[in-house]
Amino acid sequence: MDPIGCATFLGMLRYIGKRLVNYLILLYVAVSLTYLLAATQLDPATLFALRQPPVPPAVVEHQLAQYNLSDQVPLWQRYLTWLGGVIHGDFGSSPTGVSVTDQLLVRAGVSLRLLLVGTLAGIVVGIAVGAWAATRHYRLSDRVTTALSLLVVSTPVFVIAHLSQFLATGVNRATGVQIFEFSGETGAVGSYPWADVVDRAQHLVLPTLVLVLVGAAWLSRVQRNLMLDALSADYVRTARAKGLTQRQAAWRHALRTALVPTSTYVTFSVATMLVSATFTEQIFGFAGVGSYVVESIQGRDVNAVVAVTALAGACVVVGAVVSDLAVAALDPRVRLT
Amino acid sequence: MVPLLWPWRATDIDPRAFLSPPSAEHLWGTTQAGRDVLALTASGLGKSLVIGLLVAVLATALAALVGASAAYLGGWFERSMLWLIDLLLVIPAFFLIAIVTRSAESSSGSWWLLVILLAAFAWPLSARVVRSATLSLREREYVLAARYLGASPLRIITTHLLPNASSLLIIDATLGVGYAILSETGLSYFGFGVQAPDVSLGTLISSGSNLMIGYPWVFIAPATTLVVLVMCVNAIGDGLRDAFDPGSTPGGL
Repeated sequence: MDPIGCATFLGMLRYIGKRLVNYLILLYVAVSLTYLLAATQLDPATLFALRQPPVPPAVVEHQLAQYNLSDQVPLWQRYLTWLGGVIHGDFGSSPTGVSVTDQLLVRAGVSLRLLLVGTLAGIVVGIAVGAWAATRHYRLSDRVTTALSLLVVSTPVFVIAHLSQFLATGVNRATGVQIFEFSGETGAVGSYPWADVVDRAQHLVLPTLVLVLVGAAWLSRVQRNLMLDALSADYVRTARAKGLTQRQAAWRHALRTALVPTSTYVTFSVATMLVSATFTEQIFGFAGVGSYVVESIQGRDVNAVVAVTALAGACVVVGAVVSDLAVAALDPRVRLT
Repeated sequence: MVPLLWPWRATDIDPRAFLSPPSAEHLWGTTQAGRDVLALTASGLGKSLVIGLLVAVLATALAALVGASAAYLGGWFERSMLWLIDLLLVIPAFFLIAIVTRSAESSSGSWWLLVILLAAFAWPLSARVVRSATLSLREREYVLAARYLGASPLRIITTHLLPNASSLLIIDATLGVGYAILSETGLSYFGFGVQAPDVSLGTLISSGSNLMIGYPWVFIAPATTLVVLVMCVNAIGDGLRDAFDPGSTPGGL
């Protein structure tokens, strides 16, 4: 490697390292504050309040103290106990004694299986539709896709999810075959070859479609406008003047530049994606990380709430790091500073 | 809501009509408790709209103040505000708001708390945009002139910096209404938002979704109203942005 390239590479490493340390501090402070918020706001003792026969307060107190959930123990002491566990990878227990870390690992697998295809397909479809609409600026196809994406962006995820279930029920009834399933990850498995794969696919189709639709609609709006800017740039005209067709100039020259800011938008939308996933998992009965948030808040499960929000925060931070790396790799101006 | 326009109110119960489909008497049908869906939807629309508008105004005001003072004052104040903005964006606000409202749910009818929480988490991104928009104004001659005339920083920010960012703030507040309505209805859908006896479009959609197969009107009416509302707000925001600032990238964040 030549000396100048080596210097820029080192400069980039230092830049990334600095950002990384800052992100880790942010994550630590945010998760700690979330712990303090959850520990003061959610009171697990109320879970035992309506039990019949009534549970003696001393028994409740003993059980909660065992899991570091007792409000008799000073907050800072509970926080330090919790922090000591987290350093060893143990996020504590639910009020019922279930290990939060174990639950989280199982549910992360469920969420990953659901979200991987839906999110990636949503990004690809969104970029393709947005870029295509920009090349057809102000023609009928552009107007139709723009109007449709505005409609989807203005529709909450839970409405889209319920509507898809409604339509799928209609299709199932009309055909007389249970084509679409919309409860859980797996169901009754038939006795034919590949039956378990087909069963999983039947359960995945609707939630995946919902995620693709929501992600693609939002991203296509962003991508269309970035692409419109790129298409009117001088270097695209130069490419046309060199003899490239409009199509070649658009897809090779304009799209490549327009993708740089898109990568930032994608990584900054991690938090939004997580919230969409929460609705999708909850409505389609997937026992993933998203529905764990809702269940743990409803069940006053302090340690679980903090563990899931910490995971969500870690995803957001990873998104920010990836965004920094992508921008540094694609945009040479960042590396020189 | 308005007796002259529609005979039913959201709290009225019609004992002769439980889950009756849309008819001349109940234009959008009734719920399983015999309530008129049109009256309920109108009441929920009012609540959702009031929350959305209040949150947008509060959040934009906060964003304007923090963003412009960060740009004008600079130094440690700017650095700490930018750090605070980053900090608020780490954990999805949806989850944090749900933790607080869940514990406060016993005090029903306290939708004010929801407004304050939504506003408290809605300002950071806008504040960052306001800061970058007012950053270049700091060294302008009229700002320097005002400073040499002895104007206080607060006066310079409110009378010289923010009016220059007013088009940005108007657009931001408009799009913020749509964002706030979607957040409120999402929280209410899970039971973390507006609590009974108040109704919002989110709680109506939530209770309607259980009866959707067989009694679709209890879901379709509030859901359609919500989508049309948010679409109108977003269309106004996009239109304002195109009108005020032709060079911007419309439709983005």
